Formats: sequence, C-alpha cells, structure tokens
Amino acid sequence: MTEFPEAFSVNIREPIDNAIDYMVGNWGGFFDAISKGLRAILVQVRWVVDLVPWWLLLLIVFLITLKLTRKPFRAALYTAMLLFVGMIGLWSMMYATLTIIITSVIFALLLGFPLGVLVSFSDRASRLVRPLLDTMQTMPSFVYLIPAVMLLGLGNVPAVVATVIYAMPPIVRMTSHGIRHVDKEVVEAAQSFGSTRSQLLFKVLIPQAMPTIMTGVNQTIMMAISMVVTCSMIGATGLGSEVLMGINRLESGRGFAAGIALVIVAIVIDRLTQGAMKGEDTHAEA
Amino acid sequence: MRKPEILTPQSQEKDIILRVDGLTKMFGAKKPQAREMLRNGRSKEEILKKTGVTIAVDDVSFEVERGKIFSLIGLSGSGKSTVVRCLNLLLKPTAGHIYYEGEDIAAYSPRQLLKYRREHISMVFQSFGLLSHRNVLENVAYGLEARGIDKKTRTEKAMEMITMVNLEGWEHKSTRDLSGGMRQRVGLARALANNPDILLMDEPFSALDPLVRRDMQFEMLSIQEKLNKTIVFITHDIDEAFKLGNTISIMQDGRIIQTDTPEKMAQSPANDYVRDFINSADKSQIYNVRNFMQRPSCLVRQKEGAQVALKQMRANDVSSAYVVNDRMKFMGVITLDAAFRVRAGEITFEEALINDMPSTTADTQISDLIPIASHAKFPIAVLDDKGRLQGIISKAAILTSLT
Repeated sequence: MTEFPEAFSVNIREPIDNAIDYMVGNWGGFFDAISKGLRAILVQVRWVVDLVPWWLLLLIVFLITLKLTRKPFRAALYTAMLLFVGMIGLWSMMYATLTIIITSVIFALLLGFPLGVLVSFSDRASRLVRPLLDTMQTMPSFVYLIPAVMLLGLGNVPAVVATVIYAMPPIVRMTSHGIRHVDKEVVEAAQSFGSTRSQLLFKVLIPQAMPTIMTGVNQTIMMAISMVVTCSMIGATGLGSEVLMGINRLESGRGFAAGIALVIVAIVIDRLTQGAMKGEDTHAEA
Repeated sequence: MRKPEILTPQSQEKDIILRVDGLTKMFGAKKPQAREMLRNGRSKEEILKKTGVTIAVDDVSFEVERGKIFSLIGLSGSGKSTVVRCLNLLLKPTAGHIYYEGEDIAAYSPRQLLKYRREHISMVFQSFGLLSHRNVLENVAYGLEARGIDKKTRTEKAMEMITMVNLEGWEHKSTRDLSGGMRQRVGLARALANNPDILLMDEPFSALDPLVRRDMQFEMLSIQEKLNKTIVFITHDIDEAFKLGNTISIMQDGRIIQTDTPEKMAQSPANDYVRDFINSADKSQIYNVRNFMQRPSCLVRQKEGAQVALKQMRANDVSSAYVVNDRMKFMGVITLDAAFRVRAGEITFEEALINDMPSTTADTQISDLIPIASHAKFPIAVLDDKGRLQGIISKAAILTSLT
C-alpha cells in the first residue's frame, strides 16, 4: 500500500505558480525598482572593494589578525592563505564574491537586527516569526533561486536577494535570544532607576546581548558565504561561477581551485569576526 | 503633599514616608476568579490548582517611618521579594494601595512613575544587577545618566559615592574584576547616587560570604547614619533583620504575621512560627570577635617614638595610636596628649604608654565582651596567644553586633 489515495490530493504547485506569475505580471515595476536599486548598490560596493589593492588587503588582514590575536604566526598564515588565492589566479573572482557577500550581509543585518529586537519584545511577533525562520533555514537554498530569477532576472541582484533571505535567520534568532536572556536583575535594575524603554534597549539590553548578537553576525556571514556558491547557478559572478564552470566542463582542477579559494575566504572571515568578538570580551574584562 | 484623609492617628505621630495598604499580588491569568475564591476562604493550594493563579502576596499592610530601617523577613517563597518589587512598581499590585508621601503610586502616570523612580526610590539587588559592559564609574552614574544629567556633574556625583563606599581607585575597573562584596558596594553607590529618599534592598548581602556580609552590614549602618535614608531591607536571615531593622515584619505564605520592633518581637512573638524563627536566630548567634575586628588606623612601632605617633595620629585624624614592638607584640596605647608631653620632654615614651587596658582574643564571643566594652576608653586590642596585636574591636562594633 504505497499508493496514496487520489481523492486526498491537493495541488499547491499551480497556486504558487500563479502567485509568482501574478507578481511578475502585475508588480513588475516594483521588482524592477528593487532590481535597479540593488544593482546600483552592488556597483557602489564593488567600487569600494576595488579601492583596496591586493597588497593593502593582505596588509589589513595581517594587521587586524595581529591586533586581535597577538600571534604573528597566525597573522602571517592568514595573509599567506589569501596570497595563495591571488597566486592561483582567482583574486578578482574573490573580489566579485566579496562584493556579493558584503552587500548581502549588510542587508541581512539591516533587516535582521531590528526584526530580532522586535521579536525579543513581543511574544506574538516571536510566534509569528519563528516558524518563518525555521522555514527559511530548512528550505533547500536552491528553491529560493526560482522565484528570485523569475522576479529579478539573472545575475548578481537575485543572488543578493536569495542570500539575504538565506543568511538572515541567525542574526534574528541570536539578537532575540541575546536580548531575552539578559539577566533579569540587570533589567530590573535599569527599570528601577527610571530608564525609558529606549534607554533600556540601547544602554542596557543591546550592549548586554552584544556577545550573542556578534555570534549571530558571524553565523550570518558564514551562511552568506555558503550561499554565494549556490547562487552561481543563477548567474552570480565570482568564485562560485568558477566552481559551476568546473562542473559543466568536467574540469576538476578549476572546480577545486575555486573551492579552495572559497574555503580560505571563509576561514579568514570567520577567524577575524570571532577574534573581534573575543577581543571585545577581553576588552570588557580588562 | 500628603492627603489628610489617609492619615491614621498613628501616622500623625510618626513620620510615615511609605504606607502599604492591603497589598495583594497574584500571578496568572484568572485573577478575578482567584480573588473570589480567596474571599471565600479557600486555601492557596486549592486556588492554584483550580485557576492556575499563584497568590504571592496576600493583603499586606505596613508603614515605613522616615529615616528608619524597615526590615521584611521571611523564608524564600514567602512573598517578600514580590512586596519590595511592588514598592517601585517593578511589579504592578493586583489590589491594594501604596502611598508614597500620601500619593498612591499605582495611580502614577508613566511620566510620574519615571520621576518617582529617578528621584525618590532606588534599589539594591541580591545578585547586584550590575551592567557588565560598563566600568564601576559608569555603573554608579547610570541612574544620573537616565535622568539626563550632564556627564561632568554625574561623574562628580558618582565619584563622591564611590568614595563613600570605599572604592576609590577602582572606578575605571570592569565590574567583572571585583569581588562580591565590592560589587555590592557598586550596587549601593549606584542606588545612592540619585540621592533617593527610600532605598529598597532585596537581600543585598545574601550572596556574600559571612565575613564580607558583616562588613557590609556595618558599612550600610554607618552610611545610613550619615545620609539618614529610609531603608526597606529584605532578608531571610533573622540575625540580619534584628541587627539592622528598627522595625521588623515577618512574612509567611504571602502574609505578614507580625510587625514590631526587634525587642518587642523577641519578648512577645505573635505565634509559634515567629517564636521558632527567633529561636533559630539565638542558636546561630555566635559572633566571634574575629568577625568584627578591624585594623587599627594608627599603628606605631615602639622604636619609632612619639614624633611618628603624632604624625600618624594627625594624618589619620584620631587621638590615640596602638604601639607594638618589632615582633608585633602589643605594648600599649598612646594618646595625643601623652605624645605631646613626650615631645616636650616631660615623660618618656615608655611612661606615656597605657598598657593596663583590657584585651581579648579573636575567638572570644562578642557577647562576653559587653561588660568590658562598657568601660573601655579605647577600642579593645585583639591579641593572639603570644601577645601579638591582631586587630582592634571598637565599642560600636560590639554594640551593633548585638542589636
């Protein structure tokens, strides 16, 4: 009995198709505007990224790592790893990828952080948003690509939209978790001294939740990095498109080279953001 | 402004700053139903089971006199922390009234409530409630900052408070670097910085180890003497309540059983529960000298002579100094007068020493010292078995340990 009764069948594909078609047909102006705006922002970010010559980026990574960890060897290691990306000819590809990552992360944080604060205050918002976040996180990331392409076309713009959606849950979750778990007596103390709601939020809750929020930022960045590879399927440029080309042409070397470069980017960014979190901690303890 | 109609004849004689009248606090959704059941004399367990409502505080009334310490004592779960949180509306009373200077605070508008919290009442917490992302100074200044006072003024004011709780030099440290006792000093300084009329203290010293706790109790009493604040002090420790409170209320299961002065309560406990509570205090009331002794502020070596003794007394603003030999053996006390006479050449330094004064050991019980303390001219020297000076214990410390 593996057959499911025909009588119970419900068709959800068509309604979804229709909804997307409707949006494409009727809200075209709206999506065009989004598309134009995002493209302009991407150009700006790329312009800023391109201001940094290769040696300056290496120097920045070296100095920041040194300052955060105080370990010259580690700083040199990360710098050498990045240098390697350039040596295998993927430097400008990496810049293209970084452009998408940076843009997506900025949007994910701009949308996700306030949402997290809202969710931390309102149980109703929390009940509403939580299943949405679960869906966003568990839905296979490929699925986002289809409507993104239909609504926004191919290229970096839909890639940013899909990445923002995919990478946003951690910052929402961690912000709300951090704020909700601020020590009860600390909150009471702040209230007992006559804090207004905004004083409570900005002077007490957010600073106290900062370590947790930073963990969310780190996770959001990591999610964005993993998503840009997937997004190469809808025409995002950069290291991901190299991997895709490697698959299409069955060129293992090309695929692995780009893959290694992505791993290096991920490791360096991860360590730097984690180092920044720890740096903040030790600063607070000092 | 006090409204005349709420004055009872009693409160006209006393200067009442805070009056709690029929305060009830319930937690849960079906409060009206729970209140109905309560009125019909049902038990709290039954109400909880039927309605899911917890009755934390049940018809509590008391008055707090200006400039006095009111201590509220009860076991955990007796509702005392709930009561104190109603006094600054961290919790909203389900029923009953709280009058501050005759004004019903439950009727305050949000703006009035902010003003009340910012200017008239502040709170010290059991686990301190400090902002770990700020240093000591910024913590102490928080209340002033919330009021919108400019940085220069609030820093000055905060430094004044930090000095008062003896934390000068620590103002730029993170609160994470401090010991428990020091953290609570920050909590106390922060609460005092707003210059409130009323200080709410929710088990402020319960998280501290016993030695530090006694230090803090003593310090709080001396600060209270200096600033003359009204204090509502919550504790589960009957010794602490007796030691600090001018008036004591005992709470059990959300109700106040007895409100009295410590003496009257000890003489005529309202029921067995109160009697047991007080008896438990007697048993645990083993106060050793060790817990109350201090370092003498003025300690001089015999060979240093009168000149150094004079200089030290002047520097510390005291009129006597404790003199020891090179091996810390206690030689006697020298007074300011005697030191002047030595300098004038009238008597020798050795002749000037008063050494027929009483001494004690660190393990002596405080209560045994009372007869000695009553005639002692100077703080009593605490010596070890080889006659070395370990510390001194003042008359004030002995007497406050027993109130």
